[in-house]
Parts: sequence; C-alpha cells; structure tokens
Amino acid sequence: MKPSPDTLPADEATAVENPVSGIDQSSGNFRYEMDYAFDAGTGLTENTVRYISEVKKEASWLLDFRLNALKTFHSKPLPTHWATKDLENINFDKIRYYLSQGLKPKRTWEEVPDDIKKTFERLGIPEQERKFLAGVEAQFDSEAAYSNIKEIVSKQGVIFVNSTEGLREHPELFRKFFGKVIPTGDNKFSALNSAVFSGGSFIYVPPGVKVAQPLQAYFRINAENFGQFERTLIIADEGSEVTYMEGCTAPKFSTSTLHSAVVELVALKGAKIQYITVQNWSSNVFNLVTKRGVAHEMAEIKWIDCNIGSRLTMKYPGVVLKGRKARGEVISIALANDGQHQDTGAKMIHQADETTSNIVAKSISVGQGRSTYRGQVHIPKHLKGCKNNTECDALLINTNSRTDTYPAITVKGDRNAVQHEASVSKVNEEMIFYMQQRGLTEGQAMSLAVNGFINDLARQFPMEYSVELKRLIDLEMEGSVG
Amino acid sequence: MSSLEIKNLHVSIGEKEIVKGFTLTINSGEVHAIMGPNGTGKSTLSKAIAGHPDYKITQGEVLVDGKSILELEADERARAGIFLAFQYPSEITGVSIANFLRAALQARLAEGEELDASAYYKRLYDKMDRLKIDRKFTSRAVNEGFSGGEKKRCEILQMAMLEPKFALMDETDSGLDIDALRIVAEGVNAMRGPNLGVLLITHYQRLLDYIVPDHVHVMYDGQIVKSGDKSLALELEAKGYDWVKKEFATASAR
Repeated sequence: MKPSPDTLPADEATAVENPVSGIDQSSGNFRYEMDYAFDAGTGLTENTVRYISEVKKEASWLLDFRLNALKTFHSKPLPTHWATKDLENINFDKIRYYLSQGLKPKRTWEEVPDDIKKTFERLGIPEQERKFLAGVEAQFDSEAAYSNIKEIVSKQGVIFVNSTEGLREHPELFRKFFGKVIPTGDNKFSALNSAVFSGGSFIYVPPGVKVAQPLQAYFRINAENFGQFERTLIIADEGSEVTYMEGCTAPKFSTSTLHSAVVELVALKGAKIQYITVQNWSSNVFNLVTKRGVAHEMAEIKWIDCNIGSRLTMKYPGVVLKGRKARGEVISIALANDGQHQDTGAKMIHQADETTSNIVAKSISVGQGRSTYRGQVHIPKHLKGCKNNTECDALLINTNSRTDTYPAITVKGDRNAVQHEASVSKVNEEMIFYMQQRGLTEGQAMSLAVNGFINDLARQFPMEYSVELKRLIDLEMEGSVG
Repeated sequence: MSSLEIKNLHVSIGEKEIVKGFTLTINSGEVHAIMGPNGTGKSTLSKAIAGHPDYKITQGEVLVDGKSILELEADERARAGIFLAFQYPSEITGVSIANFLRAALQARLAEGEELDASAYYKRLYDKMDRLKIDRKFTSRAVNEGFSGGEKKRCEILQMAMLEPKFALMDETDSGLDIDALRIVAEGVNAMRGPNLGVLLITHYQRLLDYIVPDHVHVMYDGQIVKSGDKSLALELEAKGYDWVKKEFATASAR
C-alpha cells in the first residue's frame, strides 16, 4: 500500500495545475497527493487522509478521527466469511479516494457509451444533467433550485448543508451525533468511509418543526455530493418531521468502482424521519453502504430503499429502536440484472419495550442476476410488547436467475410477537401469454408484471420517483426477453 | 368485412396431435358455435390460433383477410385483430384493469404516439356503463381474487375496449351461474355486428339460449364432424354426444 517515493512528482508544473484553489501549496506536503489527484491509480495511505483533511481545513480532532478510522480499516478483514467472495476483487490500491472539486473531467460526451445516452433519452433527463451524470461535467449548476429550498427551510431554523460545511459551521452539533449511530469500527467499509469521507448532507431539524417538502440531494448534484464516500447525518429534534430523498433513477455512469457511503439518522423523542433512496449505479460499481438510524421514544424512522444496477450492492438499512414505542420500517426494492448481485436487507434492533418494526423487501432477478435478502431482527428477552413483521418476496424472471434469503430473527422471551413471510415466484408463462394476447410485446408484458409485483411499494415513493422507476424497469426488462 | 380462414389445421402439444385437420371460415358479422365433448381439441384450437407457444401447428393455415398469421407472435396476432377470451384468465398482481387496458391500447399505437388519457377514460367508462360494470371495478388488479363471474366480465370488458375483428371465446360459460351467464351474453350480443366475427366454444347448449349462433359445428377428435344451424345444438342437447361419437365411428369405419 505504501507508495514508492519515485512515483511522486516533485516538479512545479504539477503544483500550478493544482485544482484545489485557496490552498497554500507551499505549506504542507502535497507532493504525493498531487500525484493521485491526476492519477487514478493510487492507493490509500495516511498521506491520502491527511491531504483530504487539509484540503477541507478540518479541525485536528477530525483528522485524528480519520487516521484512527484508517487503522481500523486496515486491521479489519473483508467479510467474505458470510458475504460474497466478489469483494476480494476490489483493488483498494487502484482507487482514487478524493476527487478535488474543479478537477477537469477526462471524458467527452462522444466517449459516453450509446446505451447510457439512450437511457438518458428515454428517462427524459435534462441535457445539462445528462452531461454531469455521464461524468462529462463535474459540476451541475442547480444552485437555484437548491437555494430556494434552503431558503424556505432555513426560515424554520432547519440546517441543510453539505457535510463539510456542517462540520465547519456547526461543529458542536455535528460532533455530538457524528459516528455515534454507526461507529467507525462497525464494518470495514464504514471504517473506510470514516477515513476518507467527503460530501453528503448535514441536516438538523429543530424541535417541533415539520418540514413540508422533501429535502432532496438531487437538487444539488455536484462532484462532491455524488461522490464515492459521502457521509450524511440527519438529526430530527423532538417532535420534528423530515423527509430526505437521495439519488435519481438515471444511471450514474461512474469510472470509479467503489461507492461506500455512511448515513446516520437520529430521531429524538417523537420525531419522524423518512429517508428515500433510488439508486441506479453502472454495472462496474461496488456499492457498499452502511445506513442506520436511532429512534428514541415514540420516534419513527422509515427507510425506503431502491437499488438498481451496480456490480455488487451490499446495503442493510437499520433502525435501533432505543426508546419506548419507537417504530422502524424498511421498504426495499432491488433489481438485479445480468452480472449484478443485489445483497440487500434490513436490520431491526429492539432495545425498548413496545417497539415495533416492519420490513418489506421485494427483489427481482433478471437473466443471470442474483438477489440476496439478509435480515436481522433482534428482540432481547427482557423486553415486552415488541412486534416485528418481515415480508420478503422474490421474483425470478428467467430460469437462470437466482435468489437467496437469509432471515435472522432472534426473539427471546414470550412477550413479543414476530411474523415472517417469504415467497419466491417465477414470472408465469401463462400470464405473459395472457398479456401478449392483449397486444403487449413480451418485453412490455414482463415490464408490466414486474411493475405490478412492486406496485404496492412503488406507491410509497414520491410521484416523480415512482414514474421514473416504472420507466427504468421498462428499460431494464427490454433486454431480458428473447 | 374481414375473414378468418382456418384451413386443415393440425395442432400438437408435445408429441401428441390434438387438432387433426380443422377447417372453418368465419366472416365478420357471423357467430359460429363449436360444440363437442371434453378433450376433443376445442380449447387447443383457440389457443393455437392465438399463438400460444406450447401449441405447435404442424400443418395447415390460418389466414386473416387472406394473410397468414402463423409466422406472427401472439402479440402481433392480437394486434392483427384476434382476441381470445380465456377460459381461465391469469391474475396480474399489482396491475389494475384500467392500467392494463391502457397498456394494451398503447401497444397498438405507433412508436412515439401517446394514448390520450382523458379520451381513454371517457371511452372506458362509457363501455363499462353499457356493460353495467361498476366504475370501481377497473381499479382492481386484473383477475386477482375475482369470482368466476368477475373474471368473465373482465374478459368481456377487455374485448369491448380492444375491438377485435375476431373473438375466440373459450368456454366462456364455464363456472358461471345463470345471472353471470346472462350478463356475459348481453355483453357479447351488444358487440355483435358487422365488424365482429365470433367463434364461440362451449360444451353446453345452455349458452346458446342467450347468444344465438348463426352456425353450429360439432367437433370431435380434433375436427369438425357435423355442421348446421342453431337447431343442431338442440338436437345435440337431446341426443347427447354419444350420438356424435357413434356417427363418427361409423363414418371412420367406412
């Protein structure tokens, strides 16, 4: 992992081309970092972490936090004893861990593959956003839309900024909750994120404030926010309510092969947080994300998570039900196409009486796509009046599609109730014939069947997301027949 | 004026030949009833014409307005004007009747053309009123949890909306009580006219009290063995299928 010194460029020319403006290049050791900023083939060392922290002008406690996390990352093994061996194919030395803002993208529109262009077309993605999503432009100027929302919510005292700004301007608040829901050492990838994170959102909603419109990360796309290692922290103070939406259904065409985010939610007494994700990664991406929330007394946390695309996604949004009568919910949709593995699920950790949790997971495997459900529900013996409901349904489109279910439900004591239902079904040929007999092509029939399968969950998405989701499924299904 | 010509049709499922040289021409405006004992190839005939992949046509022709449809996929045949009312229609979870019909109509438009949603709903509600179907019905998922009568009503509504040239009705009366039967028959009778040809497959003559056919054919062992007008159905009812079987056996022996 240690870079050999002779690969470090020392010439002045590189320093002039430094994309990071406002940083005094003469101080500090930037030589190594300058190298990797222009060379994606560099690995992860202490220098990398120091560089990121320096660029962001971070406080020393945060640098220490990052450095500790790096040690944890190096010391933890890959979880291949339970997860797929494909993880071993991640080459950590080949990954660029920080993309400086203002760095010129290397791709031109002509170089973007035709199928990606076609998908943008079909999804009706605006011209400007297409270029950003395809990696042609590093910045997408949607400040107008963003500042509009920001202005509205700031009147209510809501803080809605990116995580760098959050750390800089609200350090006490940030530090109080940061890394508490998901400790650095939770898993290898949360440690990685803790070491190199940049981008993501920081949101604080004051007591009793109900944010009427969903806060959308979509409105402020830029290189950093759509980065590989974003870190999001949302705090809903007592009795407040907020909905957050991230991602979009357009394929994120990425040259970087690892996305590893950490999202922490804190719902204080009686607060409600709803977190909606729709992601469609290109098929070379390892998408390894840790998402967890803590729900205090009477609080509610709901994850709505939709995963399409990527080479491997491992994501199990969780809720720690910490206070009495807290509620947790995970609604999950996963679509695995050829060459893709969606390893998704949910975690519900009951820590107080009368807490309830609900998990509904639906997966679709197309072609040689593989989907895995992993659930963990934990209700210890001393609790009473706890309830969990778990439903997972898998739909297989072709005979070579694959699905696995690993529900781990530990319920101790007899004063709690759990329900678990699982089903696997194959798209029924008679049903496809029936639909074809009404004039739909085989592809259209498949799309309709798949959309019908997830319909009850898709309805929980905001309108524009569910419409896009439908179109996206149509596109995914098009190539699945014949 | 359209025609559906079925010429010397042979159909196999797997290795087994089920339809063995079936010939019949249906013109628009005509209602032909096919009667026959169970297992004689009636349903196989209709599914083969509709293009079910499990039913292999080994010989013969099916022409719509003189053009063969046998090279077409099931959906292309549907768009060419063939409608099959299923004996056991499939359930489509999560897809409402309204959305299903909308998708089916959309599939008939040229690429880039969008179905006019308000005109569609106006037409849908108009048809439903005429068929005395409750407006709430179309927001239910297609056939999911439907009673036998509801399923058939759903088929009739689809037929009314898709306006086929030819409707193949496979045992539409099976599993229906007399009230449901009457409603279905009313629906078919309302659609009867110069633009529609109907092939009515039934085991019992009962349905023919409500939908009076222009021609009645008796099918046995994969082919038509007797044709006549509606009185043939009554004769069959009185004498039973054994009469046909015997007659057929004698004919074959000669």
